[in-house]
Amino acid sequence: MTTADYASDTAPSEVVHPGGAAPPRVSGGIPLLGHLLQLRRDPIELLDRAHRECGEVAELRLANQPLVMFYGEEAQEAFFRAPDEQLDQAAAYPFMKPIFGEGVVFDAPPERRKEALRNQSLREKQMRGHAEVIAAETERMVQRFGAEGEIDLLDFFAELTIYTSSSCLIGKPFREELTPEFAKVYHDLEQGTDAIAYVNANLPIASFRKRDRARKRLVELVTAIMEARKRAGEQKGDLLDVLMRLPKPDGSPRFSADEITGMFISMMFAGHHTTSGTAAWTLLELLRNPQHMKPLLGELDTIFADGQDVSYHALREIPRLENAIKEALRLHPPLIVVMRKVAYDFHYKGWTVKAGKLVGASPAISNRLPECFPEPDRFDPDRYVEGREEDRLHPFGWIPFGAGRHRCVGAAFAMIQLKAVFSVLLRRFEFALAQPADTYRNDHSKMVVQLQQPCRVRYRRREGAPA
Amino acid sequence: MRVRIDLDLCQGHGTCAAEAPEVFSVDEKESKVILLQERPLEALRAQVKAAVKYCPTRAITLIED
Repeated sequence: MTTADYASDTAPSEVVHPGGAAPPRVSGGIPLLGHLLQLRRDPIELLDRAHRECGEVAELRLANQPLVMFYGEEAQEAFFRAPDEQLDQAAAYPFMKPIFGEGVVFDAPPERRKEALRNQSLREKQMRGHAEVIAAETERMVQRFGAEGEIDLLDFFAELTIYTSSSCLIGKPFREELTPEFAKVYHDLEQGTDAIAYVNANLPIASFRKRDRARKRLVELVTAIMEARKRAGEQKGDLLDVLMRLPKPDGSPRFSADEITGMFISMMFAGHHTTSGTAAWTLLELLRNPQHMKPLLGELDTIFADGQDVSYHALREIPRLENAIKEALRLHPPLIVVMRKVAYDFHYKGWTVKAGKLVGASPAISNRLPECFPEPDRFDPDRYVEGREEDRLHPFGWIPFGAGRHRCVGAAFAMIQLKAVFSVLLRRFEFALAQPADTYRNDHSKMVVQLQQPCRVRYRRREGAPA
Repeated sequence: MRVRIDLDLCQGHGTCAAEAPEVFSVDEKESKVILLQERPLEALRAQVKAAVKYCPTRAITLIED
């Protein structure tokens, strides 16, 4: 396919916009689907090629939806600094709507959304309590471990982060009412984020049917929890209690089980596959680069020699561990592309992106720009030591958490969580790769990136570690 | 020393207010920082530097006179 094929089904009047040039187009789009199949097959190759072919502004097409990518620090800063009224986040992710359900967060008008996203539980003063919960949940997971054995990293961290996020964001009582089935079904839901949703989010394909069954099952599980609480007649004081008790003016319950489940899904979504994947990649990169693992273990032993507990230190500096996490995030960002929908024409330098198009930035490409990160493919946690600080030097280039006012609101929480998890795991167990080092990779066939299975590692209890 | 806030970036986490309560406060309704002192006393330097360092959105800059 050539550029001409791509342009052939576009009206000539669309090619040049008054006020600025239309963004250059990436080659290889096919009629009807555009670059959608390439996005599903190898999104990083596509996004990288778009950058190489067109430079800092490049137009792709997802089915009939144009997507204009912005590359490099300057263009990305313009993208991330644009006001909400101009670049709309919600409208850019059609694959999320069937997962959250009707009326949940992303469907709300901008002013309501602002309110809904202001999550009290992510405030600074809550963090010590969260760190305690996370350390305790990690301890509970490793109680299943023997003296040595093998785990699958996706299964392990996905289950752990279901417990930590439900406990921290919804409440401890609700977490205690969850079973491993909840984590498994939640995973099926995440797998329902096929980019084919840009054609239609309700096509009769297997992953969408599985997604819809999974959501229905989650509603059943939450309904059962609600019914049990009603029967027992006791109040547990968590968010579920609050939502169950909120009345409509006529006294009937304001929210159905379906709506409450949707809210919980959306609250947990942003912090689940992201944290789970980052935990796995941090461990994998440290195992692939043992020269960084040794000093990190030494650091943990030194820091914890004061007898303080994990929740105390997770809130404080653990430099080598933090730098390893940051470097895993740079090389393996959980979101490879972030998008917005243009509400009114967006101008950048000589280009104009017309209202109705999507615009995007790619953490996967940006985080490896050689002009920001020398030897970009190398795992080098020392990039973040004082004097180099490549993340601070390039705030719109180092973007695993995005940037600007929509920078991940849970970034600090995620860091504390990962520090707490590894403070438990690495002090108690030694880990080793159970597969050849190059067989660990991400599955990019869905918009929600997950580790490809199998992704197994071996563990062995460290000498002198408590049982 | 002078403190500058990029309100495009601030999300109102309140980390700065925890590090340097005499210099920063948070408007919980707006989820934005309130700068109590634009030119903090030299004695507060360590606290302000910690606020700059730990701000989760990197919205704070310290400018030397």
